[in-house]
Amino acid sequence: MIQWLAEPGLTHFLIVSAILFSLGLMAVLSKRNVIMVLMGVELILNSANINMIAFSRFTDLGLDGQMIGLFIIIIAAAEAAVALAIVLNIYNRFNSINLDEISLLKG
Amino acid sequence: MVFSKNIVHSAFALMFSLIGVASLYVLLYADFIAATQLLVYVGGILILILFGVMLTTQGHSFDFKTITVNLVPASILSVAVAAMLIFVFVKTDWLISEVAEPNETIYDLGMMLMGDYILPFIVAGVLLLIAIIGAILMATRLSPQTSKPDTE
Repeated sequence: MIQWLAEPGLTHFLIVSAILFSLGLMAVLSKRNVIMVLMGVELILNSANINMIAFSRFTDLGLDGQMIGLFIIIIAAAEAAVALAIVLNIYNRFNSINLDEISLLKG
Repeated sequence: MVFSKNIVHSAFALMFSLIGVASLYVLLYADFIAATQLLVYVGGILILILFGVMLTTQGHSFDFKTITVNLVPASILSVAVAAMLIFVFVKTDWLISEVAEPNETIYDLGMMLMGDYILPFIVAGVLLLIAIIGAILMATRLSPQTSKPDTE
């Protein structure tokens, strides 16, 4: 076990990303605040990014993996901006950001 | 981050986990990605989330609580997903090739961005522009809707 932990390889990074993914999934599933759900989505995107960059380091994918990670970061930034604007609109409309109280599709 | 009841505590825990992910990128010789992660996530998205927390708290009570529902099914599901993923990751025989350690990736990334990846680069720029315009439109249309809610 100690020997296995001594030299970090591809599997270690993949395990870290799996743990991050499941924590983000738990935040998305169990929280009822929209902003907490957004933070869970950010965690999930980060775990995918760790996978991409670990594969680009340890396999012969080369720098393409890092490029995909870069685009994931860009899309995450756009998603966060739009989602926060939507959350502000929802709070303005419903006076609440509890997901169980936001149940109307049309005003 | 997940188990805290206070949103502000969760946001700061998220900041530390993002910094940890950036340090993982440094360990993977991805220096430019690590710098981008620090700039975009810690400098941008986290500040945005904190503004969202501040702008959407009810009243003047400093009550940043969040409600947790479905705790048992959610934890069972996420633990199952984690166990399954870890099992798959450990059991798979990955095709590992020993790549030479690159000194710095910025030059190559820049050449790729202007070469093979020029179309996704431009599309990402247009996407960011559209997202920012949409966010500004949605966030600045707030006041007329509250003043006359009977128009819809």
